[in-house]
Amino acid sequence: MDLDLMITSFPKLLGATVVTLKLLSASLFFGLFLGLFFAILRLNKNIFINKFAYGYSYIFRGTPLLVQIFIIYFGLGQIEYLRTTFLWVILKEPYWCAIIAFTLNTGAYTSEILRSAFQTIKPGIIEAGKSLGISNKIIFYKIQIPIAIRQSLPAYGNEIILMMKGTSLASTVTLMDLTGVAKYIISTTFKPIEVFIVAGGIYLFMTFIIHNVIKYLEKKYSFQQ
Amino acid sequence: MELLAFGKTGWGDELFYATLMTIAVSITAMLVGFFFALIFTPLKLSKYKTLNLVGNFYTTVIRGVPELLVIYLFFFGGSGAIMYVASIFGYYEYIEINAFITGSMAIGIISGAYSTEVFRGAIQSIDKGQFEAAKVLGINRFGQFYKIILPQMLRLAIPNLSNVWQITLKDTSLISVTGLVEIMRQSYIAAGSTRDPLFFYSFAAVLYLLLTYVSMKLINKLEVRYSRGY
Repeated sequence: MDLDLMITSFPKLLGATVVTLKLLSASLFFGLFLGLFFAILRLNKNIFINKFAYGYSYIFRGTPLLVQIFIIYFGLGQIEYLRTTFLWVILKEPYWCAIIAFTLNTGAYTSEILRSAFQTIKPGIIEAGKSLGISNKIIFYKIQIPIAIRQSLPAYGNEIILMMKGTSLASTVTLMDLTGVAKYIISTTFKPIEVFIVAGGIYLFMTFIIHNVIKYLEKKYSFQQ
Repeated sequence: MELLAFGKTGWGDELFYATLMTIAVSITAMLVGFFFALIFTPLKLSKYKTLNLVGNFYTTVIRGVPELLVIYLFFFGGSGAIMYVASIFGYYEYIEINAFITGSMAIGIISGAYSTEVFRGAIQSIDKGQFEAAKVLGINRFGQFYKIILPQMLRLAIPNLSNVWQITLKDTSLISVTGLVEIMRQSYIAAGSTRDPLFFYSFAAVLYLLLTYVSMKLINKLEVRYSRGY
């Protein structure tokens, strides 16, 4: 066991954690809106809109995240037309490509989580709102969405942790996130176990924090108060 | 379309074999995972605190650390660890383990952590009376487990195991970083030599979708079979 290496690599890995956290927060932020949007489409009665939303979530949940990143980073650059538009400014950066891929991926999972949460809301609650003369729009924003968010907290907590692990794939498109730096240190020192303990420890610590924050929120917004 | 032709002119046959490789790695990893689940599920359900701790340590660490990091650990550390064990027995030559074994071990350990959780949940949700009734009937411990608990547990576990299978199948794409020629690696090679990454990665996505779709259908059949009588 090489303790010196563990101590010297710790600050480097901690610096890389910032990249991981940036990727995570950006993709979760955009992914939540995307997920909400597609969850609402899924509840639409129009069969085409409904199928479109289902297809989106099916494709992104049925293929590995790695394929999605590669298509966006390596694949989209191939389309000549894209290179001439302003989108190219974004798509030539691996950082933004990773965020786009993560957003689309987490959006698909989030839409499933939110959809099932919307469907478990008891019809009586909506009927109660209607009989009080509240407009449909306000019922949706003030009653259905808050209940759905509370309902989906445990599943969404899992999704955050899965996404945090997913950000490690950014290292495959040349980004130096926590896993990227860990791999670099391993391949230069050939001490995989030491680096794994430090990097894994940082990941576990983040998992621990996310887990407890979600648990706290669940308790705070529980129905039995 | 000529890019997908079989034979020397296209990538069809290469991608076909790569797909078989993905299936082979996934199945091996799933079985390795079952093996680990077989060890760690009893530990998690044990009444001894120390054994619980060992079981929880395994599932928490593996499920909290990115798959890619675990794969790097095995890829860079695997042969070192084997050589260390071999050196104890007086063998000092260089040993290289092939990518298939490293890959399916790494993915297997990950899939094992998820399977352990599934089995634990399934066993815990079986009514206590079933254990007691089996005991009262004088069935031996082996029979209790294989004839009474296991069939009931499988029914509850199959839907969740199908999720584990999907996760495992998708995780195998990560082994491509170690150079094992499965779908992802083959697409990478093909994309590099034809300069057509969009086509080949999209095709890889289609292959994965196909695999998840077909396995879903098969597992659904299995689910129906094990739910007979309910």
